[in-house]
Amino acid sequence: MAYSITEKCVNCFACELVCPSRAITEAKPVFVISAAKCTECNGAFADPQCASICPVEGAILDGSGVVVNPPGSLTGIPTPLAS
Amino acid sequence: MELSVLGQQASGCSNTSCGSTAAQTSALPEAVRAKVHNHPCYSEEAHHYYARMHVAVAPACNIQCNYCNRKYDCANESRPGVVSELLTPEQALAKVLAVGAHVPQMSVLGVAGPGDPLANPERTFATFRYIATHAPDIKLCLSTNGLTLPEHVEEIVALKVDHVTITINCVDPEVGAKIYPWIFWKHQRVRGRKAAEILIRQQQKGLEMLVERGVLVKVNSVMIPGVNDAHLQEVSRTVKAKGAFLHNVMPLISAPEHGTFFGLTGQRGPTPLELQALQDACGGDMNMMRHCRQCRADAVGLLGEDRGQEFTMDKVVTMEIDAVAAQAKRAAIASAIEAHRAASATPVEMDVPVATRPILVAVTSSGGGVINQHFGHAKEFLVYEASPAGVRFLGPRKVDAYCTGSASCDEEEDKMDLALRVLEGCEAVLSAKIGFAPWEKLEAAGITPNGAHAWEPIEAAVQEVYQDMALSGKLAPVPLRVGA
Repeated sequence: MAYSITEKCVNCFACELVCPSRAITEAKPVFVISAAKCTECNGAFADPQCASICPVEGAILDGSGVVVNPPGSLTGIPTPLAS
Repeated sequence: MELSVLGQQASGCSNTSCGSTAAQTSALPEAVRAKVHNHPCYSEEAHHYYARMHVAVAPACNIQCNYCNRKYDCANESRPGVVSELLTPEQALAKVLAVGAHVPQMSVLGVAGPGDPLANPERTFATFRYIATHAPDIKLCLSTNGLTLPEHVEEIVALKVDHVTITINCVDPEVGAKIYPWIFWKHQRVRGRKAAEILIRQQQKGLEMLVERGVLVKVNSVMIPGVNDAHLQEVSRTVKAKGAFLHNVMPLISAPEHGTFFGLTGQRGPTPLELQALQDACGGDMNMMRHCRQCRADAVGLLGEDRGQEFTMDKVVTMEIDAVAAQAKRAAIASAIEAHRAASATPVEMDVPVATRPILVAVTSSGGGVINQHFGHAKEFLVYEASPAGVRFLGPRKVDAYCTGSASCDEEEDKMDLALRVLEGCEAVLSAKIGFAPWEKLEAAGITPNGAHAWEPIEAAVQEVYQDMALSGKLAPVPLRVGA
């Protein structure tokens, strides 16, 4: 299975820099994760690196398509206020 | 030690030309003073003459601050973390050479974001290497949150980056936990107090390592009322003890439309007078910086102006640049500036009774150290304190920082209200020209408008206005006001 990036991505390169599998590349309109290269960081790190540094809630999905960093989880902004 | 005179109410020298400028730098060791002499961000006087640019080559960040929103990108906003165009190191070089040819006062190149330069070490250092090769007269500096600073110190020294700014908002993890929701550390997202502990430890270690190696370190702190305002004096003492040469306390910029945690949860920024009081309180401990403009990470030009729109990459690629000729032109301009600075350093005694109360005077200027801007065009006011001890610069107050949204931006009426709010505490405004309507409103608000000193050097004009006001009996001593 592989992680993926949603349209919420702000193209900040943070995930690309920390991916141990070099699975992430710059693309338009947003960065993409190569499903062939992504290992979900199994065997490399305890936590998937892209999802651990991504600053944007909702930008990274796990192998099952579930949002890894849901609204409020990174910024602490209460969901009714977040856009 | 001379340090103790800095920032005290009665400090400053008794002549106009040295005023705040010499007071700010006189306590610095000679070697440091020589290094900051032509750096607009570190020398208050230099910022009137020399320009800087930031290149946005560092998009990634490794921490989250509650005053930052990584989604933000706006051509009209002017504050840290905001950029319009991300550059590769090669593009950054092209842009630096273009700006260096068209803005020959340029003396400094900084990498400040929009993320953290040291979270993008390859791009940041590649940019520095290019500039060192192709424009070796340009000074290099970088600004960082400090998290990975210790591991990059050797490279910073090797590349002769001689100025580093670390943003240190706290030295107490309890305070830090209210400012930083998380950091990325050793391959994990670390949250809360533990995150703040690690960040603080790394910042302090990085500061010590740079100072040991002779790199000038400035510390930036964001003043967040109710969160770290009471704590920043301790930060100031701590970083000074470790050898930071300047401490720059900046106001939190906070509005709901920025989409930041602080903006959306109603955290307010400080008022101009609250900021000034804290800067004064910290100033007793160390050199303070009052002229910071909280630039964007892609700002170009003199501090307080931004010519970035003239140098977007689509324009840069069409420019033909002779890098060698441009460097020679920069050297010629620097000589002319230095000749001008030397010639204008003629002291004039302040001529008022010793009991005259100090006042705040606002000035509008578009650079060059003279009053050369129309009141209605001012995006910021430069605030000076005039007292029997002399004239000292307290800092800029931005008008647009108080802008409440695009819907009301162009309303003249609103702009005037904003200006009056920003001018709180000032008793006179000196502009190249002031229109009839604002003139009346200023007078009604108890602020004396003055257009009689157009194109005159700022500090001499402020002194003259102060002396005139004292002579006309407007400044009878009111002992309790000092320090208000």
